[in-house]
Amino acid sequence: MKENGIKCIVWDLDDTIWNGVLLESQQLRLKPQITDIIKELDGRGILHSIASKNNYELAMQKLEQFAIADYFLFPEINWNAKSISIAKIQKNLNIGMDSIMFVDDQQFEIEEVKSSHPGVTCINATEYRNFLTRDQLKPRFITEDSKRRRLLYLAERTRQLEEENYQGPKEEFMAGLNMKFMIAPASEEDLKRAEELTVRTNQLNSTGLTYDYDELDRFRKSDDHLLLICELTDRFGSYGKIGLALIEISMKSWNIKLLLMSCRVISRGVGTVLLTYIMQQAQKAGKKLFADFRKTDRNRMMYLAYKFSNFKETQTKENDIRLANDLSYIPEFPPYIDIVTHNRL
Amino acid sequence: MREKIRSFIEKNLTVFEDETEFSDSDNIFELGIVNSLFAMKLLNFVESEFNITVSNDEIEIANFSSVDKMMQLIEKKRLGAANVTSR
Repeated sequence: MKENGIKCIVWDLDDTIWNGVLLESQQLRLKPQITDIIKELDGRGILHSIASKNNYELAMQKLEQFAIADYFLFPEINWNAKSISIAKIQKNLNIGMDSIMFVDDQQFEIEEVKSSHPGVTCINATEYRNFLTRDQLKPRFITEDSKRRRLLYLAERTRQLEEENYQGPKEEFMAGLNMKFMIAPASEEDLKRAEELTVRTNQLNSTGLTYDYDELDRFRKSDDHLLLICELTDRFGSYGKIGLALIEISMKSWNIKLLLMSCRVISRGVGTVLLTYIMQQAQKAGKKLFADFRKTDRNRMMYLAYKFSNFKETQTKENDIRLANDLSYIPEFPPYIDIVTHNRL
Repeated sequence: MREKIRSFIEKNLTVFEDETEFSDSDNIFELGIVNSLFAMKLLNFVESEFNITVSNDEIEIANFSSVDKMMQLIEKKRLGAANVTSR
């Protein structure tokens, strides 16, 4: 992967987004083309946030007047050190420090952020005009999921707030979400996202192997492979395409070459839904079921998911493990999730 | 120790009823009162709370299916560690 792809730009406000200082002047003007640049990057799936030493209410009012307030997630407008603001934004978005870019007109602020977070890419505000052509801000693919990434975060924020304020048992809250888990063979439009999933998913990933677009396209078309992709939705909207499985099909058996699930949905208890579905289908087809697993330093959770779904280790060669399932026990789907499938298998 | 395990399970139940009865020998996975996320949390809890590292071949549902089974696993691990240090 390209080094340090940026997932979020954290902007200063005074003399960065607009010319002038909010608390000193009534005559603020947006920097030329800044709105277009922000919108274009948003469309590429790059998020925006704010770290500004300012009065929160006044600054938000101004952003509303300029009709750009909605583009900024988790804005930090206060009198804290910017390194603290950036740490909060990073935590809220749950992304790596090295995927953040910080833009400010004051060298002092840039040095302060650099000293606390050496991974952050710091840029002087004068350079914003070249953002659209910067490599770090050009993702390899722009997928449906990247285009709506900001909305996915906003939906997630609303969910979290409701969940925090919910008084009853957790299960009841989950049931009230009306979750739908959709499983279908991947179509051509899914392939970019499928590649992105193999690159971005580490914890719930059975092998850590990445596949590119062309490889996935071959699997999709091949008769002896099945490429499944999943989407999760609830009453707040979609979580996006969040799961992928690659299954090798032979006369007598199915072999799960790759199984992965995005971290976005772990908290929803849907981590093993796709695996359960594959087990059911293999049983229906009268096939034996195997799975490849490659140990990485981060995917122990997936190993656990396999073992707790009654897979047994049959071969081990250093980090490569072969698992088999006699399908004598198949867990049930969680009762609060509606499973929607295309039965074209 | 038994109480710690019990209360962790109780805190993470995924059921509607306020009161769910399960004994120390009940298979909590077969009762359907926990989900896949719970399994992951449970492993982290057992390792950090009792200061042990569960190896791959011990990651079996049979070792985590009830309070009793978990007690057995933890005691076995602790005994193993004690033997090593006393040698």
